[in-house]
Amino acid sequence: MRNVMTITRRELAAWFYSPMAYGVITLFLVLAGIMFDLLTFEPGAEASIRGVFGPWMLLILAFMLAMLTMRLLSEEYRNGTIETLMTAPVTDAEVIGGKYLGALVFYAVMLLGTLIYPVLVSKYGGLDSGLTFACYLGLLLTGALYIAVGLFFSACTQNQIVAGLAAFVVLAVFTFLTNFIGQMQEGTLRVTLQHLSVAEHYESFMRGMIDFTHVTFFITTTAVFLFLAVKALEFRRWR
Amino acid sequence: MIEVRNLTKRYGPIPAVDDVSFSVETASTGNIIGFLGPNGAGKSTTIRILTCYLPATSGSASVAGYDVFTQSLHVRRNIGYLPESAPLYPEMRAREYLNFRGKLHGMTRHDRESAIRRVTERCWLGEFIDRPIGQLSKGMRQRVGLADALLHDPKVLFLDEPTIGLDPTQIRETRQLIRDLGQRHVIFLSSHILPEVEATCTHTIVIANGRVLASGSPTELRDRIGAGSRLIAEIKGKSDEVRGAISGIAEVSRVEIEPVGPWNRLTIEANGSGDVREEVFRVTAARGWTLREMRREVASLEDFFIKITAEQRAARAK
Repeated sequence: MRNVMTITRRELAAWFYSPMAYGVITLFLVLAGIMFDLLTFEPGAEASIRGVFGPWMLLILAFMLAMLTMRLLSEEYRNGTIETLMTAPVTDAEVIGGKYLGALVFYAVMLLGTLIYPVLVSKYGGLDSGLTFACYLGLLLTGALYIAVGLFFSACTQNQIVAGLAAFVVLAVFTFLTNFIGQMQEGTLRVTLQHLSVAEHYESFMRGMIDFTHVTFFITTTAVFLFLAVKALEFRRWR
Repeated sequence: MIEVRNLTKRYGPIPAVDDVSFSVETASTGNIIGFLGPNGAGKSTTIRILTCYLPATSGSASVAGYDVFTQSLHVRRNIGYLPESAPLYPEMRAREYLNFRGKLHGMTRHDRESAIRRVTERCWLGEFIDRPIGQLSKGMRQRVGLADALLHDPKVLFLDEPTIGLDPTQIRETRQLIRDLGQRHVIFLSSHILPEVEATCTHTIVIANGRVLASGSPTELRDRIGAGSRLIAEIKGKSDEVRGAISGIAEVSRVEIEPVGPWNRLTIEANGSGDVREEVFRVTAARGWTLREMRREVASLEDFFIKITAEQRAARAK
């Protein structure tokens, strides 16, 4: 565990040295701000923050988190630092864990920046704190899954751009396309595809519900991708 | 300290390391082991296996008493490794980097601070310790990498081509440093430069095409190379007479002669490990010829490899 924290701290420091991280945070906050201004901060609008974090936000998140996570391992492969890292007494799982936590903390910091909106809303109307909590939990769980997917693709290739693009495409497919295709199908196929759709699960949180099945969906898929990331890191050395 | 048995590593069907076995015991080999071979011989691959970075296809290896496959974390605690390109995180400062590496080795804050002081001095990092690594020169980065390898005071140090890309002064300093470090650590260094191995190592293992070709002390190695060395001499006199006289020396096997004005430039090859310099001088002096140059041309590493591979091929043919 100590090694995980050591790697997490190094990852966080590396982000705050890079212009990319500031760009991503800025982009995210600006977009969220525009949405807040257009959809929520209006007379007669609902006093909640779900306008800011509508389904469109998932696409933005998929893109940003893919960009944020693509360097995690690809850069180590490219620079050769993976060699010194993996010959230090750390296990593959600790490396993946450390990098994952680093990205998750970074994402959580990014989300903290949006807490201004619920505060603003509460000044002008009765904020539904339960709904707000559910929204943030949904955002956090979705981000946690996206980061795991991004990390997995970064563990597969030394090319950051390939890793980022692959992660974004897969995330976009699982967020929207499965749902879209599912609606055109019938029977079990429809149910299966909709169950795989991240947007479906996310929507439930946006309605203010914290449903155990949806929480389980996010936790298990995240775990699967983290496991795959550890295997991908192992596999690169076995070739 | 290092024990390698029938180690093979294939990348696809191509073997990079092919049935390699050797053993390093400080008592018989000394502390500084040179792993000598041309580019693509399998040096880096072998080191990567010994440092637990790559798994081998077959065979076994142990370092510091631990098996590199089954006790990998124990091995990694006891080794320091400087890969060929000295990879580092460019955005970190050298001190931050060393601190990070110390933590990975489970060192306490106090241990890390004193260790960083020690390696800063050892590797002449000086004020560069607080510069971002991305701004450092190649030589300085190499030193940061070496400082990292030394940080946790490992039993065995693996240095992959430690002087490559350095300028002549840095090369001399690095060799001196390696000799100093040899008093505390077992050092396994790879190189494709024969004089470098001769100058720093107590034992040499020669590898080419993934196979161990020879091993022994640098003196033994030099004797084997010496057998293939040539003598260059310039003698004033009639070409035919000079050729006749020199060919007449018992151990001389071949003489090439090239007239340069009144002078003759001779390339003399001797049998076995015979040193014919004294005889050449006597013959020349006895005839009253003038000798203005005589030197031994030590065979290049390339010649050496060609020679050893030829020997191997001949042995296999028998």
